[in-house]
Order: sequence, then C-alpha cells, then structure tokens
Amino acid sequence: MANSNSTVDAVDDTGRRDFITVAAGAFAAIGLGPLVWPMLDQMNPDASALALGSVEIDLAPIDVGQAITIMWRGKPIFIRHRAEEEIQAADVTQISALPDRFARNLNLAEDAPAVDRNRAGEGHENWLVIIGICTHLGCIPRGQRVGDTKGEFGGWFCPCHGSHYDTAGRIRRGPAPRNMEVPPYKFLTDTRIKIG
Amino acid sequence: MAHKSNYVPQSAFEKWLDERLPVVRLMKDQFIDFPTPRNLNYWWTFGGILIFCLIAQMMTGIVLAMHYVANESMAFESIEHIMRNVNWGWLIRYTHAVGASMFFAAAYLHMFRGLYYGSYKAPREILWILGVVILLLMIATSFMGYSLPWGQMSFWAVTVITNLFSSFDSVIPGLGTRIVQWVWGGFSVGNPTLNRLFSLHYLLPFMIAGVVILHIWALHVPGNNNPTGIDVKRSSEAMPFHPYYTIKDGFALAVFAIVFAAFVFYAPNYLGHSDNYIPADPLVTPTHIVPEWYFLPFYAILRAIPSKLFGVIAMFGAIMVLFVVPWLDSSPIRSLRYRPMLKLFFWAFVVTCVALGYLGAMPPDGIYLLSARLGTFYYFAFFLVVLPVVGRIETPTQMPGSITEDIMSKERRRRAALEGGAPAGAPAAPEKR
Repeated sequence: MANSNSTVDAVDDTGRRDFITVAAGAFAAIGLGPLVWPMLDQMNPDASALALGSVEIDLAPIDVGQAITIMWRGKPIFIRHRAEEEIQAADVTQISALPDRFARNLNLAEDAPAVDRNRAGEGHENWLVIIGICTHLGCIPRGQRVGDTKGEFGGWFCPCHGSHYDTAGRIRRGPAPRNMEVPPYKFLTDTRIKIG
Repeated sequence: MAHKSNYVPQSAFEKWLDERLPVVRLMKDQFIDFPTPRNLNYWWTFGGILIFCLIAQMMTGIVLAMHYVANESMAFESIEHIMRNVNWGWLIRYTHAVGASMFFAAAYLHMFRGLYYGSYKAPREILWILGVVILLLMIATSFMGYSLPWGQMSFWAVTVITNLFSSFDSVIPGLGTRIVQWVWGGFSVGNPTLNRLFSLHYLLPFMIAGVVILHIWALHVPGNNNPTGIDVKRSSEAMPFHPYYTIKDGFALAVFAIVFAAFVFYAPNYLGHSDNYIPADPLVTPTHIVPEWYFLPFYAILRAIPSKLFGVIAMFGAIMVLFVVPWLDSSPIRSLRYRPMLKLFFWAFVVTCVALGYLGAMPPDGIYLLSARLGTFYYFAFFLVVLPVVGRIETPTQMPGSITEDIMSKERRRRAALEGGAPAGAPAAPEKR
C-alpha cells in the first residue's frame, strides 16, 4: 500500500472524480441512444409496406353517378364519377360554410383552400379521388353503393359518430375535424390514373 | 414487515436455507401470521379474487397461445380452430374471454371499496397509486387481447382506439399521423399491427404480476385498512391471516367462481359482441362500434366531448384523476361510515358510473348525449370539487374510539335486540339452552 498515507491526494481528487462520473454517464447516454433508436424504429412501416406504393386504375368503365372503392396502402380509395349537379353543389359552397377550410390535397400546397377545384383536379372536375377514411376515428363512411345513405350533403355519411361529408368529400357536420384526404395521384391518360 | 417474525426453522435444512434465502420466513410472516384487522367484511375479499383472476387469465392465455396464429389471414380461423378442434379449446377460450370480464368486475368492486372506506388515505397513497397503475395495465392488456380474434369488432376497435393518437395532429401537425403509423407499422391497421398486439398482450400480464407484488408489498407495510378506517391499536384487534382470512377469502372466491362458471357454461357470449364472429373487413365499418362493457363508461366520456382532442384528454383524464385522489380528499376521516354527506355523493358517483356504462352503449345523440355530458360532468366534479370541498364543510358522525369499541357496541346492540325484541316464550338464544 504505497499511497495509503497520501491523504492530500485523496482530498484534491474530488473535482476530477465528479468530472469522470459525469463524463462516464454522458458517454453511456450517448451510447444508449443509437441502441434505443432501432428498437423504436423497427415499429415504423417496413420496406414491404412502403413497396405497396402505387396502383393504376382504369376509369373508363365507371359511369356518371357510379363510384368504386379500391385499396391503396391498405386504405380504401373512393373514386366517384360525379354528375354535373354534384359538381355544381360542391362548387357553389362558400369556404366560410366549411369546418375545415384547407383542401387536404396531397398534390397541392398544405395551405390550399378547400374550394372544389382543389379537391378534384382542374380539367377533371367529374372525377373525385379521396382516401375513404373518416378523419374522426378512422371508420369507413357510407355512400359508395347505390343504396347507401349519403348524408345530408349528398356525399358520404360516417355511421360511427355521425359525420356528414359533401360531394367533394369535405366535412360539413359532425365530429370529424378534417376533410377526407386526397391521395397523391395523376392522370396518365384521360381515363387512367396512378395513385401513389 | 410491520410485525415481529414468528418463524422458527424446524429442521436442519430449513435452518440452512433460512440463513441463505429466508423465503419460507417471508411466506410465513406475510401470508400465514400476517396480523389482519378482525373486522374486515366481504368487500375485502376482492384482492384475493383478483389474484385468482390474474392467474386464471395467465394460465388459459398461455394455453391459447399454443394454438393461436397471429396473422391477419389466419387469426380468425385459428380461433374457430380452437373452438371446434382443439381438445377442450372451447372451455379454455370461453374461460379466458369471460375471465377478462370477471377480472374487471372484481377490480371495479375492489376500487369502489377503496373509495368508500378511504383506503387511499395516508399511509396508503402508494398502495392506491400502484392499484391505478395495475388498472392502466389491465386496460391495455384487455384491449390488445380483444383485438386478437381479428373479427369486425376487434379490427374496428383497434382502428378507432389507435386513431385517438391522431388527435395530436391538432397540437403539432403531422405528429399524430406519425405516431399512428408507428403504432400500426403501416398505413392502416394490418398484419404488423396484429403481431405487435399479440406480443404485447403476452408481455403485459407479467408486468401486471410485477406491479401486483409491489401492491402487496405496499399493503403489508401499513397493513390492511378496515371498515371503521381506524388503525389497529392493540394486538387483539388483529388476527393471523391464516386460517381466518384464507377461509373467508376462500369462501368468497367459491361464490365468485359460481358466477364465473355460470357465465362460462351458460352464457359465454353474453358479455361479448356478436359482430366479432364476422371476420375483419377493412372496407366495411360496423354500424355501431361498441367496446366491451368494462370500457363503456370511458367510451361515453370520450363521445360526450364534442372536440376530438379534448374527448381523448377527458377519457384518459378520467383514469389519471384517480392518481391524485389521496390529495384531493381533504378529510382526515377514512371510512364513509362516519361521513354522511360524502356518502350521498359517493353513491351518486356509483350510479353515474353505471349510467355512463349504459350511455356508452347507446347512440351518441339526443337525450343520450345530453345525459352522457351530465354524467361526465359529475364524474369529474366528484373528484375535483366534491372530494376537496365536502371534507371541509361536513360534520362527521360520532366515531368509535377503536376497532374493539366498534365491535363491542355492535355486539351490545345485537344482544339488546335479541332480548328486548323477541316475543315472550320464544327462545331468544336457542343455542344457550
């Protein structure tokens, strides 16, 4: 025990020891972060989910007034061939009458207003393409099939908690906070679209 | 822990073990000799019943996991396989499904007991808080378990409940969506979601068991509360846990098991929803999404609030408020026996909880919605207004000085009634002739 009686050293040590303790703790925390991240990130959508990125749809067989539902990324997509009066009804609606004034169109800027031409593409006003999920708690609204109730605004009606959507898929009444989303899509030809 | 150990190792082996791992001593001190107030009523038997429920759920669950397949295209069929092909599969599954309901029924009664007799008050705050933690874990576990059959109610319950997180979008745009996709492992509820729900459904019961051990530990430091809410003052006011309370708990458990078995054998699907026998369909939402009965009061609170974010906050707040109950109640008196004013508010609270349960199953409009809003208001008012205020303004009734005094005065009243009230000539106490 060579240094058992060198008490002076032990007293002067405290500052250095605190530094070593803090440094060791910080190092452990920095090391822990990169270990925790993979454990958390593994829960995010995986490569196979992301790979289901896009689908193409032929619109030619859909008559005026008809609607079809297709799946994209596990979500139902509503495609409605709107009649002239449905477009009219959506077009004359004032922005001030809408609970959600943003278009929620992933093809447009985030702050685009919810006018009808921002919901259905310009030049293709007869086609409305939306993600058919109620923005309240994720139920599937009714209104796709012929016999379905379409709600008070002629669009869709969510049976879960009573949200009414209009013919542009915009929320008009009920607990849902937002308009149904327009997915990213583009027209390849006049009767063919690609979603995603 | 609070009392002196009476354990004397009987054999050389016991002595050897006791010096190395005093586990026999622990069991004898805590579960055989443990001094327990002699006046506990049957409302105190639900702790033991709940341990039985947890063990029953874990045993049936482990067996079910041997036959269940956590895959979106096979889960529903594997449940039918359990019901039709697996030996005794119907019995094991029905016991597990009914067991969840029985577990919650017992837990709610256990909690109302704690509220009525002030079991959350000093020095039992940590005991109460650990109980609320167990409740939260139970809620998570049963929700995940309900999703596993992958029927229509399973699927849409998962969809609706996970979508609650999307309400964070109104705080920070995009945050809620990120969280929901992280929970789902995709862009909708699907196979990755089912897999993780199964994994966590298997994990959480073991966490419950861990917190239960802490809960019992926190109980055994101050010892049991009792119907008078008065501390045990001398050793004659307590009795060893075994055999007195093992017998009492055992009898209550037998009665509980009769009700349990009646459901399993005669009405196994009564507490469930028939829509869950329809395989999950992501394109069709059932007309009425209804949670299991034990979530209905919270569901009613969620729907009573017109804003999505605040509805979610209120629903979670309804449980979170329980954490601070020990500090909301301003009265030093534990038992509501001696608090006539709070007793009225308490029973109104019980009625409100039951009413909210009924309203949670009804469509959210008209008189139902209005009633649910009134019920939600009273639910929170009971904790945030009634508990702090009533303790300051009410006049408690005369309390006995001790548990002994309470027992003796009851005994005197009973004798007086027998002697004075019995008709002349009738044997007042036939066993004494």
